[in-house]
Amino acid sequence: MEELLEILTELHPDVDYDSEEHLVDDRILDSLDIITLISEIDDRLDVTIPAEEIIPENFNSAKALGELISRLEDE
Amino acid sequence: MLFNSIPFICFIIGTVFLYYIIPKKVQWCFLLIVSYAFYTIADPRYLIFIGVTTVTVWFTSLKVEKINTEQKAYIKEHKSELSKEQKQTYKDKMKSRRWRWLLLCLLLNLGILCVTKYTNFAIRTINDIFSGAAKLKPVDLIVPLGISFYTFQSLSYVIDVYRGKQEAQHNIFKFALFVSFFPQLAQGPISRYGDLGPQLLAQHRFDSRKLSYGAMRIVWGYFKKVIIADRVVTGLTTLTGSTEYTGAYVLCAMFFYALQLYCDFTGGIDITIGIAEAMGIKVTENFKLPYFSKNIKEYWNRWHITMGSWFTDYIFYPISVCGPMLKLSKWSRNHLPAGIGKRVTVYLSCFAVWLATGIWHGAAWNFVAWGLTNYAVIMISQELEPVYAKFHSRFHVKGKVGYEVFQIIRTICLMSAIRMFDCYKDVAQTFKMMWSMISSFRISTFYDGSLMNIGLTASDYAVIAVGFAVVLGVSIIKARKGSVRERVYNRSPLVFYNLMAVMIVAIIVLGAYGVGYDSSQFIYTQF
Repeated sequence: MEELLEILTELHPDVDYDSEEHLVDDRILDSLDIITLISEIDDRLDVTIPAEEIIPENFNSAKALGELISRLEDE
Repeated sequence: MLFNSIPFICFIIGTVFLYYIIPKKVQWCFLLIVSYAFYTIADPRYLIFIGVTTVTVWFTSLKVEKINTEQKAYIKEHKSELSKEQKQTYKDKMKSRRWRWLLLCLLLNLGILCVTKYTNFAIRTINDIFSGAAKLKPVDLIVPLGISFYTFQSLSYVIDVYRGKQEAQHNIFKFALFVSFFPQLAQGPISRYGDLGPQLLAQHRFDSRKLSYGAMRIVWGYFKKVIIADRVVTGLTTLTGSTEYTGAYVLCAMFFYALQLYCDFTGGIDITIGIAEAMGIKVTENFKLPYFSKNIKEYWNRWHITMGSWFTDYIFYPISVCGPMLKLSKWSRNHLPAGIGKRVTVYLSCFAVWLATGIWHGAAWNFVAWGLTNYAVIMISQELEPVYAKFHSRFHVKGKVGYEVFQIIRTICLMSAIRMFDCYKDVAQTFKMMWSMISSFRISTFYDGSLMNIGLTASDYAVIAVGFAVVLGVSIIKARKGSVRERVYNRSPLVFYNLMAVMIVAIIVLGAYGVGYDSSQFIYTQF
């Protein structure tokens, strides 16, 4: 989770990822950010997020994204 | 049957009336019959195309779902016996079976779309490359009404079933209604099954408020289309039809086209959404006041929204996260400068999306150039974001009304300029005409009476100006206070109905028809 927060902070340093729960709905993360994020996660955490998992619910908060990564690691 | 014709208006009134008096459980069957009747009236030959798409997509979705169900049952049954690796191998095998069915369906339907829409484009390009030596003759092909829209809509459904995000619809007639729902068949929006399907199949009770809102939305759509778009198009056709209209005329054509396209396309979508709303069906919005966008990226989030989200979900994301792209991303991070290295995959995926968006809009190089210019501007803006941030923090202009108005005008000018690729016969002529705005600009064109000789009279300009003022006023109120029709209705239904009557009279009196005008089809129906 720490590494994930680091990646997110590098992308948008001004966002409070502990409290923000509408990253996609409020357009804080746009489609270009999401792809940058997925590439970083693939590179640094070695977890590949497939296209079908790119839905707002999985990217709206750091917590949701963390849960997605854990689920994909378990599969 | 033109959307802006008396028979179509009678068709809508008859459909909505019958929809509410028939038994509710057969409302969806009635909509299916009406939708197919609408398509048959357009051209009976179209039925073959929409029929093939409906059957193949429906069949594929069932096959894919069956494999999914089989997989789940097998894993559940053998949960304790299978190791993690064995489970993964089995899942991969089933995924590849699903993928084969999906691929077949995609190739067939995109193949039909490409052959009908792009064969002549390919022939023209081959002839151009070989300087006429190839001498291939263009072929006379049928391009079914709204083929891009119903193909994309159907494919989004089967891809969602493949991804496990959508349950398959087992009743082919119910699925056929989703593909052919007549108000949005010709020019979108491109709906998702999860949003539209259940609503089409639900039973709808008569609701006077929804009927009134729907009727007002339809009238508003016709107001924009018939009073503004169909009037402006006369001047626009003159200005872009000849190379003699250079300099200031090009600037004039630029804003004419911006106005015409907006009123035509949003007007058409208003009519579509209004018809559906009158029957209690909510169709996805396709525009969110796009001309109030402060930059081009925001503009594309607010213009033709359903097309943009289709390209993002089904082209941009899959390309960006596919294996080779992720490998390239890793390589570029290690071998290229940090900033660029991180964004290589985004650049490439965006390029593919904008190329596809350009080609989708028209089978000509003009549209490819249009798509790639959009791409270039978006990417440059993206790269310049740190510069903008520095500028904003230094001059404290962010959030200031004056600066926001400047940003909005800048975006309108930029988008209108890029769109000129759409107006002239080829890319070379577009550049030539755009250059003439700098090389031979005569400001006097705007006041020496020259604009009275392009097919528009002083009264035409007056009507356009009044229509534009109304559209702008309504848009500003909507941006600041929300839906105008709801506010008026809530205050007084009587005022609401009087307003609607005034608008209908305005459409009849001020609409562009009669001698000198052709009742023109909506621009986006050609897609």
